[in-house]
Amino acid sequence: MHDQLAAQLLEDAVLSLEEIATSCRVQVDWVIARVRDELLGELPPAAPGDWMFSGAHLLRLRRIRALERDFDADPELAALVVDLLEEVERLRLRLRHAGLDRD
Amino acid sequence: MEFKDYYQVLDVSRDATAEQIKKAFRKLARKYHPDVSKEADAESRMKEVNEAYAVLSDPEKRAAYDQLGRGYRPGQEFHPPPDWNAGFEFSGSGFSSAEAADFSDFFAELFGHMGGGRRSFHRGDGFQARGDDHHARILLDLAASYGGATRNITLRIPRQGPDGRVALTDHSLAVRIPKGVQEGQVIRLTGQGAPGAGGSPPGDLYLEVHFESHPRYRVEGRDVHATLPVAPWEAALGATVKTETPDGSVEVRVPPGSSGGRRLRLRGRGLPGQPPGDLYLVLEIRLPPADSPRARELYEAMARELAFDPRKTAGG
Repeated sequence: MHDQLAAQLLEDAVLSLEEIATSCRVQVDWVIARVRDELLGELPPAAPGDWMFSGAHLLRLRRIRALERDFDADPELAALVVDLLEEVERLRLRLRHAGLDRD
Repeated sequence: MEFKDYYQVLDVSRDATAEQIKKAFRKLARKYHPDVSKEADAESRMKEVNEAYAVLSDPEKRAAYDQLGRGYRPGQEFHPPPDWNAGFEFSGSGFSSAEAADFSDFFAELFGHMGGGRRSFHRGDGFQARGDDHHARILLDLAASYGGATRNITLRIPRQGPDGRVALTDHSLAVRIPKGVQEGQVIRLTGQGAPGAGGSPPGDLYLEVHFESHPRYRVEGRDVHATLPVAPWEAALGATVKTETPDGSVEVRVPPGSSGGRRLRLRGRGLPGQPPGDLYLVLEIRLPPADSPRARELYEAMARELAFDPRKTAGG
């Protein structure tokens, strides 16, 4: 089976609350609680029904969910781990750019 | 198909308690965490560990596995009896069908039965009918972002056969990559996730984009950086030089009096977008070798006549 498919770039806020919850396989309330606790960054001013999410939000929420599930982690702790993972990723990229990524 | 010893994967005894299994899983989940682990095969080991935990953490699946696996050794050729799971109903594992797509054929053969219209994989939300979204990583070269190329990818997807059994099948897709995609961004393919149940829409496929490392170019956001080798006289006197960019060859004006390390910006020649990124060329002055009498003569003439002290001009 070989299809030719156009892919959509999730650059900006394009995912609705329902879409991001479905994609992370969690309840909408689970997402709302983590947004309200500012685990995705600053709290958006609109009502939850109007919130829009980016591809980066999706990756972040999926990581938080996996950490909470695998380690029974507190959401704040999971978010802290994801902060550190994202920082490690940024630093690794800079090492790669500087040609220092090989031991 | 080879028999998989899930107890061995988690390094627990056959009579391990649920608590011991959970503890062993967490220890390995930490060791093989794909974002952190230094182990070469971390990703495949993590899949094995997830698979073992999906079975051993679920009392129904564990009981079925224990009954079936009696007498088998790891790696031994395994043939399940045709009606082996007649006495079991699987209600949930905590892992979705999308995650189970990472599991082995052995797992699919054992637990891929969706009898009686029930889904054997648990969903934690209210969207029972729509298919699961799938998530994967895709490695692209820079040209794909510049030109918006088509790339072929192959994914393993669980599909339900007419007998209700789920088998993992390879699904090939030719994906048109959107122009200007950046490292770490996500692209979505609508309807390319798991099929929906009972005529409901399928899920979507999300691909996290990463770039292959390139010997010449490095990318930061939309900006692209590269070095531009020049001869000493090109840097000193100024020159127009031809160089390759990811977007084709261009002529670059090197200003007179340029020193090594000077950055030239080619506006809008980075990754496409609104606005497009810039291409930065860092000048690298290459010395011609003094490997002939004439070359040595020229260097000696410069040494004599230029009275140049590089330590002084470098500020030290």
